[in-house]
Amino acid sequence: MFENLSHLLLQQYWWIIISLLGAILVFLLFVQGGQTLIYSLGKTDMERRILVNSLGRKWEFTFTTLVTFGGAFFASFPLFYSTSFGGAYWVWMLILFAFIIQAISYEYRSKPDNFLGAKTYEVFLFINGALGTILLGTAVATFFTGSEFSINEMNFSRWEGAARGLELALNVHNLSLGLAVFFLARVLAILYFMNNVEDENILKRSKKQLIVNAIPFVVFFLVFVIWLMFIDGFAYDPTSKEVFYEPYKYLHNFIQMPLVLIIFLLGVVLVLYGIGISILKTTSNGIWFSGAGTIFTVLALFLIAGFNNTSFYPSTYDLQSSLTIENASSSKYTLKAMTYVSLMVPFVIAYIWYAWKSINNKKINAEEMSEDTHVY
Amino acid sequence: MIEHLDSALVNWSRAQFALTAMYHWLFVPLTLGITFIIAFMETLYVKTGDPEWKKATKFWMTLFGINFVIGVATGIILEFEFGTNWSYYSWFVGDIFGAPLAIEGIMAFFMESTFIAIMFFGWNKVSKKFHLISTWLVAIGSNLSALWILVANGWMQFPTGMQFNPEMARNEMINFWDVILSPVAINKFLHTVTSAYVLSAIFVIGVSAWFLLKGREQVMAKRSIIIASVFGLLSSLFLVYTGDGSAYQVAQKQPMKLAAMEGLYNGKTEAGIVVIGVPTPGKEFDDNKDEFVFKFEIPQLLSFLGYGDTEAFVPGVKDLMEGGFEYTGENGEKQIAISAQQKIEKGKIAINALAEYKDAKEIEDIKKQEESLEVFRENFKYFGYGFLNDPKSIIPNVPLTFYSFHIMVGLGFYFIILFVAVIILIFRGKLVEKRWLLRLAIFTIPLAYIASMSGWIVAEFGRQPWVIQDLLPTVAAVSHIDASAVQITFWLFTVIFTALLIAELKIMIKQIKIGPKEGGH
Repeated sequence: MFENLSHLLLQQYWWIIISLLGAILVFLLFVQGGQTLIYSLGKTDMERRILVNSLGRKWEFTFTTLVTFGGAFFASFPLFYSTSFGGAYWVWMLILFAFIIQAISYEYRSKPDNFLGAKTYEVFLFINGALGTILLGTAVATFFTGSEFSINEMNFSRWEGAARGLELALNVHNLSLGLAVFFLARVLAILYFMNNVEDENILKRSKKQLIVNAIPFVVFFLVFVIWLMFIDGFAYDPTSKEVFYEPYKYLHNFIQMPLVLIIFLLGVVLVLYGIGISILKTTSNGIWFSGAGTIFTVLALFLIAGFNNTSFYPSTYDLQSSLTIENASSSKYTLKAMTYVSLMVPFVIAYIWYAWKSINNKKINAEEMSEDTHVY
Repeated sequence: MIEHLDSALVNWSRAQFALTAMYHWLFVPLTLGITFIIAFMETLYVKTGDPEWKKATKFWMTLFGINFVIGVATGIILEFEFGTNWSYYSWFVGDIFGAPLAIEGIMAFFMESTFIAIMFFGWNKVSKKFHLISTWLVAIGSNLSALWILVANGWMQFPTGMQFNPEMARNEMINFWDVILSPVAINKFLHTVTSAYVLSAIFVIGVSAWFLLKGREQVMAKRSIIIASVFGLLSSLFLVYTGDGSAYQVAQKQPMKLAAMEGLYNGKTEAGIVVIGVPTPGKEFDDNKDEFVFKFEIPQLLSFLGYGDTEAFVPGVKDLMEGGFEYTGENGEKQIAISAQQKIEKGKIAINALAEYKDAKEIEDIKKQEESLEVFRENFKYFGYGFLNDPKSIIPNVPLTFYSFHIMVGLGFYFIILFVAVIILIFRGKLVEKRWLLRLAIFTIPLAYIASMSGWIVAEFGRQPWVIQDLLPTVAAVSHIDASAVQITFWLFTVIFTALLIAELKIMIKQIKIGPKEGGH
């Protein structure tokens, strides 16, 4: 079925899959965003409990998507995996620590004899929410800003950045995307609560918090995107594979791939629309618009990072070491084998949808907290 | 290729991986096995409608949940550590290793995490049947997760289905089925998951024994013991079978590991298996000390298990170091083994040829390219040896491998006896009277964990110095980071994982003391 596809086509297919997983991951970071809001939205124990339980039924999705994103990246573009993870050691380690402490926090928070105390687990959730989103955003921003590394003829990579990746977090542009992701995650979390929680006080505070978080999100996002449109990007020559700086590269990518531009604009509009109707009207549907919009927007950003002869993981230290979907990918055979496996994806999405629909048809409220069989 | 080796870096990186992998494995086996025990119980509940079964299902499910999340927490780090700490490794094998990992994510993890939500939150929201199916899917999903990662591990013990691409300087998959159906991989999967079932059975029996000793929850405890002991016994028998398969595979593919497992320095025909023994401390392969301070062995069994022939020659550490013995190669032809020193020389020739090939390519010297590529191919089999300098470095830690192996096997047989005793007594209705046996059952829980860990020590220490057998030694696989950075993360992991372990144990013990509730929690 896929026997006749060229290597390049398979590489592009897998870049789309990676982009899609990345986009879904950013959307699902609403769980992280919500974890930073437990105390701003919940003032009583019961309210906090409702919020934690509302998020607690979704955290594994985000987690699993992150793991799958990592696995799929490893499988399809292993040179990125070996270069970035082994190189930007501290950034990835911090991200991992943030996720390790998340996994147990829901389950252990309200259990008796839990050693560290409920408060500690709530702090864990907060750290995960703040650090996880900001650092993941920062890491993705380096797809545009570049990192300092070199790769030798044996494809052995060497990180040249001084602080093992921490230097990336100090770059103002990386940070602005990191903060945009952080505030976006909070905005999405609020919209999610508006959809999932049945509690008047929480709803009231949510509306207020929505404005407070939407403004910095829009500001940081615009700062990053506008800057992105005007910088020199990392292009490569499709025949010689030589990497060079191209002025307005990412703007050109949008113009040369109008479909991606449409996806991007549609995404941005949907995100803003979801926020807008939730502020102005009484509706619980904002999350659907903003959620879909997030997926579109992030998808488009990933696509302009890797498509149209662009280096998706550029090296500012040695331009020719930059990674492209062509030089960093797995072999044709492996990509083909994985492409067969990817046929399973629609099936996976279908059962996730079905399973969730069957237990999620009712909003979560105080009543359920006392009757349900498994409460965090 | 590797300029200077920082042994502190390699050691800390290994320590960190060992620490995180072992912490992860503290929680995984219970997840793999107890889900099946829970699924059996729920099946009985749905069939009979007996609320006692529902109570038991929910009780074990609570313990499962506590254990599961910490397995998840410790698992994510392993996936990313391949990149963070073993950068060259992740490039060298990414083309093969990545595929099973991605499949695992797509097929197994989502199945597990989706249906776990129904298992925990769906009791009053979905039909009994749908709930039961979900529980079974959690069991299948978690075991599928184990399949793919163990396929990857099996490949590292016995690389197959691939070809080295000098252009990219990596191994590339040429046959997917050879990778996933490799006998080593399949055997490893079956042996590992069944060991997890045995551990879970012992856990359930031990906890139930505690209830019986306390005179609480008699019905639930007895029923749980029946299910777990039968499940455990059947799994144990299969474990012996796959263990035998493992021994055969190791003999064929990793003779040095086999020699270390048996403390065999001087190879022999009609080699026996040591049942109990103490290897001579400080023994080197080339000194004249005895191999054992004392030993009791079953004659000829090692030759038979390893080669299917009681007369077969089993090479020892010394033979593998010095070569000169006859063995049957992969193509079935008799060959004479070469020494470790010669392997290292051939490995260096391969590495040099690869570098020459790259140089020739640079100056577009086609003839030179072909020549060096031919030399490379001839010697590629020993590629990994070229990274080593001291032949002795191909010897793993013999006492550690020996003891771990024997502890694992010894405990494995003890578990079988325990299962049989428990089954006989419970069906005769006499188990509750045998309080010493109930106490022994509780005491056996930690032993199950020790046996399980020992198995991994055999598998992973026994194959040192290799990350990928014969192709990539640990020293060459590591990311070039400051040793101090790895040291810091090592201690961070130690602190966090230990704190989480304490929390897990405290919560688990508390929940056991609380016991099952009507309606559950």
